[in-house]
Amino acid sequence: MADDFVTRGFVGRRQITSAANTQRIPPGQHEVKDFPVLSAGPTPRVPLDRWSFSIEGFVREKVSWTWDEFLKLPARQFTVDIHCVTTWSKLDTRWTGVSVDTLLEHVDLDPRAAFVTAYTIEGYTTNMPLPDILNGRAFVAYEYDGLPLAPAHGGPARLVVPHLYFWKSAKWVTGLRLMDKDRSGFWESAGYNNHGDPWKEQRYTGD
Amino acid sequence: MNRPLQWQIATIAAIRPETPGVKTFTLDLPDWMPHRPGQHYDLRLRAVDGYEAQRSYSIASAPETKGQVQLTIERINDGEVSGFLHDVAVAGDRIEVRGPIGGYFVWEVPLGGPLMLIAGGSGVVPLMAMLRHRAAAGSQVPARLLFSARSYDDLIFREELDRLGADGSGLEVVYTLTRSQPSGWRGYGRRIDPAMLATVAGPLGRTPLCFICGPTLLVEAAANGLAEIGVPVSRIRTERFGPSGS
Repeated sequence: MADDFVTRGFVGRRQITSAANTQRIPPGQHEVKDFPVLSAGPTPRVPLDRWSFSIEGFVREKVSWTWDEFLKLPARQFTVDIHCVTTWSKLDTRWTGVSVDTLLEHVDLDPRAAFVTAYTIEGYTTNMPLPDILNGRAFVAYEYDGLPLAPAHGGPARLVVPHLYFWKSAKWVTGLRLMDKDRSGFWESAGYNNHGDPWKEQRYTGD
Repeated sequence: MNRPLQWQIATIAAIRPETPGVKTFTLDLPDWMPHRPGQHYDLRLRAVDGYEAQRSYSIASAPETKGQVQLTIERINDGEVSGFLHDVAVAGDRIEVRGPIGGYFVWEVPLGGPLMLIAGGSGVVPLMAMLRHRAAAGSQVPARLLFSARSYDDLIFREELDRLGADGSGLEVVYTLTRSQPSGWRGYGRRIDPAMLATVAGPLGRTPLCFICGPTLLVEAAANGLAEIGVPVSRIRTERFGPSGS
């Protein structure tokens, strides 16, 4: 639309935040201090003795971890900014989890693997090009702010891909499927952007 | 499907108060297209210096209302966008919007039923679009709305809902008022719980198609409660808002 459009009477309440923080809020987003919950269905309760996490698809051999095994993987803390497509952003969120790079060290990737689908206990899926989860850009988190990740926020474990809109950070994640071709996930099939880069404001299909 | 959603400049045709904190904004759209009930529009405000604020608002009207959409919006304390819309915007003003958006929390007549709708506060808005569509299409799909609000005066769309519930089409509207009830109140007077859900949803059988919209705690209670009384999780769709969402 016309880039010079101005809403009559709108001044805006620019948030009192440091210039450095302003630089960290992508276009069309606003900062929140709480942690909103958004999901498409009921919150699943996952018994930890039945939980597992797998990497499968275009790998030489599928690998799976039980909950206890997963906790023994080298973990680290991540402090990241997250951006939800519903326009809230939250800065400096603190997580503990396992880098996807660490997980992928346990498989031999088929050279044709170019995309990944994260899948979850309740059927939700989301897709990304493989490079979007490599080189420290994604992790599987099981603690938030020093406490076990709450079910409403995706516990026992969720994927976190902070540089993409937060629907890519699949709650209740139970595995990654490597693929040679891209396949749209749940929201990506329902009008949301296939890639979801908040800095390019890729909210919806065609953005 | 790959058509980009373009921003367009809507004109506010009318502003109608619904309850003390809720108003309906009727927008004339130059590039109107039919929405699916349950979808939303994004709305963007822009200041002279280019500063922008953007939020998503559910559509309250039925797609049968052509050329216009109605957005029913609660005024959030300190809400930058809802506060502007409630306090500053007047009919005739122009507002940037794009939509309709969303493809999961939607119901259309061909999806069938029976339909169990559960709303908390302004979470009734997308469900109202479904009920208005159901009525406009002449659907007789059995449907129930369980609507939780703080008080009688906070029941958005109450008169219209009472009318729809009495039109013989198979819709029943049930209210629960959690904070205060008028004298002689015959609806519920407590938060939604499994016993209430069993009573209200029970007559719809084992597998009603459920849509729940409201604050997170209400959605959690209703979704878990429905699962508890045996409704398959695949039949329960939720949309949450708050505590953020101004």
